[in-house]
Amino acid sequence: MPNKLIDIVGVSKSFGDNLVLDDLNLYIRENEFLTLLGPSGCGKTTLLRILGGFETPDEGKIIFEGKDITSLAPNKRQLNTVFQKYALFTHMNIQDNIAFGLKIKGKPQSYINDKIRYALKLVNLEGYGDRYPDSLSGGQQQRIAIARAIVNEPKVLLLDEPLGALDLKLRQDMQYELIRLKNELGITFIYVTHDQEEALTMSDTIVVMNQGYIQQIGTPEDIYNEPENAFVADFIGDSNIFDAIMVRDKLVRIVGVDFPCVDTGFGTMKPVDAVIRPEDIDLVAPEEGLLKGIVTHIIFKGVHYEMEVTANNYEWLVHSTDMFPVGTEVGIKVDPFDIQIMKKPESEDEEAVSIEE
Amino acid sequence: MKNKKPLLAGPYLFWALSFIIIPLLMVFYYGLTDKKGAFTLANLARITTPENLKALGFALLLSFISTVICLLLAYPLAMILSGRDVNQTSFVVLIFILPMWMNFLLRTLAWQNLLEKNGVINMVLRFFHLPAWEIINTPGAIILGMVYNFLPFMVLPIYNVLVKIDKDVIFAARDLGAGNVQTFLKIILPLSIPGIISGITMVFVPALTTFVISDLLGGSKILLIGNVIEQEFQQGSNWNVGSGLSLVLMIFIIFSMALIAKYDKDGEGTAF
Repeated sequence: MPNKLIDIVGVSKSFGDNLVLDDLNLYIRENEFLTLLGPSGCGKTTLLRILGGFETPDEGKIIFEGKDITSLAPNKRQLNTVFQKYALFTHMNIQDNIAFGLKIKGKPQSYINDKIRYALKLVNLEGYGDRYPDSLSGGQQQRIAIARAIVNEPKVLLLDEPLGALDLKLRQDMQYELIRLKNELGITFIYVTHDQEEALTMSDTIVVMNQGYIQQIGTPEDIYNEPENAFVADFIGDSNIFDAIMVRDKLVRIVGVDFPCVDTGFGTMKPVDAVIRPEDIDLVAPEEGLLKGIVTHIIFKGVHYEMEVTANNYEWLVHSTDMFPVGTEVGIKVDPFDIQIMKKPESEDEEAVSIEE
Repeated sequence: MKNKKPLLAGPYLFWALSFIIIPLLMVFYYGLTDKKGAFTLANLARITTPENLKALGFALLLSFISTVICLLLAYPLAMILSGRDVNQTSFVVLIFILPMWMNFLLRTLAWQNLLEKNGVINMVLRFFHLPAWEIINTPGAIILGMVYNFLPFMVLPIYNVLVKIDKDVIFAARDLGAGNVQTFLKIILPLSIPGIISGITMVFVPALTTFVISDLLGGSKILLIGNVIEQEFQQGSNWNVGSGLSLVLMIFIIFSMALIAKYDKDGEGTAF
């Protein structure tokens, strides 16, 4: 397992009365594509800015390769940032934008020229060197912003919602582009986004954040299949979240019906949160299901149909490639391993639990 | 619907015609004719008399110095203002704008009273047994008056461009290794050139043509081109020569604006 590159130790930050990060601990490995994922205001961008050196934490330390860099100025750090709105220098052409960091460092002109050529090739914008940022499209500007950062050979590239301003198609193309870039460069990417699909597509590790706390750290598969709490389940993908009762090991009562499941160790007759992904619900003939319901809505989504089925006073969200017209009576069936059981937060405050890795 | 637009433009057209275009045409007419109404270039040529050349040169020199001083004072001030949050800023901006609400003549008269040989400043100096400050009726007093009156016109446009610079652009420069000084020289200064240009325009042009400031603070000894033109109109009642000199001044202004605009287009900010 590769080494820890960055260690974030007990970092807290507030703006006025607003606590943005609370005693946050996290480490980032070499060569990792780590995504900070969460709704706006969850503290992810603040954390990135602390890493970049644009904000100083109120408490805690940032350790980079064993050295404390908490109060080091941004220009002294071995990492570079790609900003959300690109932040290109509009009074310089593309070449000068890319060369900016290298000129500051006093690299020889021939080295700089080589680097510009290499970077433009890497982001597929050869021949754009003499143009000005304003004459480029959003996607091109973003790629220049990436090129401008990577020519400095940072150990870590920080990306602050870099695809946020692009349209859907371009965003998807850029996702693959970023994965390719990361593999070619062999450096660490720390990526901030609120887009769960982006996070699932690109990341090695996803850190789900809410209200200044880390909710869950894991691979995309972990996060999607085994959400640790209702917030994560709700935030990542569509889901049905139930107030359920754990009758005993491997049996959970959802909307009054006992479902066999695979989870153990929650006690007997204990309230829990149960999550069932819409695509994990099988619609069968009414008598074959665990409970019966009526299809109330249907939307064609391309790959699948999205349906709402009312059963035992609950609207079940179901994704299926089979079509059941509105009004059809159906049976609902869920495989035991498709039910994810989570401990209920014991109080309102605990809804945003801090989880140590 | 089609007819409505010209109708709405009517008042502005009337305004432009009666207060800009017709007066301008009159200046051209008087400037290019003699008292009998015959065409002549003699009025324009009057600029070449030694007194008039001196007045023009002196006006150019003083307004140039004033503009430079305004720029040097205004830029740091605008930077400080742009770095603050809005509540604090509006108060500080108010302090700077406040004098502008007072009549220009009154402000200049106030300076005259302050600077006079027996004025307020010298009274205070004398009270402390300090040597008197004999600045009234010198070019220094005129420059002081120009800077005082025109400083806000330099601060505001520069402030406006500075606050519009995206903070992330400055962060990006820092992120790419630039220190504070490099970030200022390579990013902030070049990006604020448009503000500097309009600031220079708004200070230099009125300073070049002023006659009130030089009248009140320079005494009658120091003549700027503005004073010469004023005297032609007022005392000499010679509209032809006054208009002719005005035309020459206009040419100078247009020429300097074109020069500035040219540097602006080159755009890299290295010109300044």
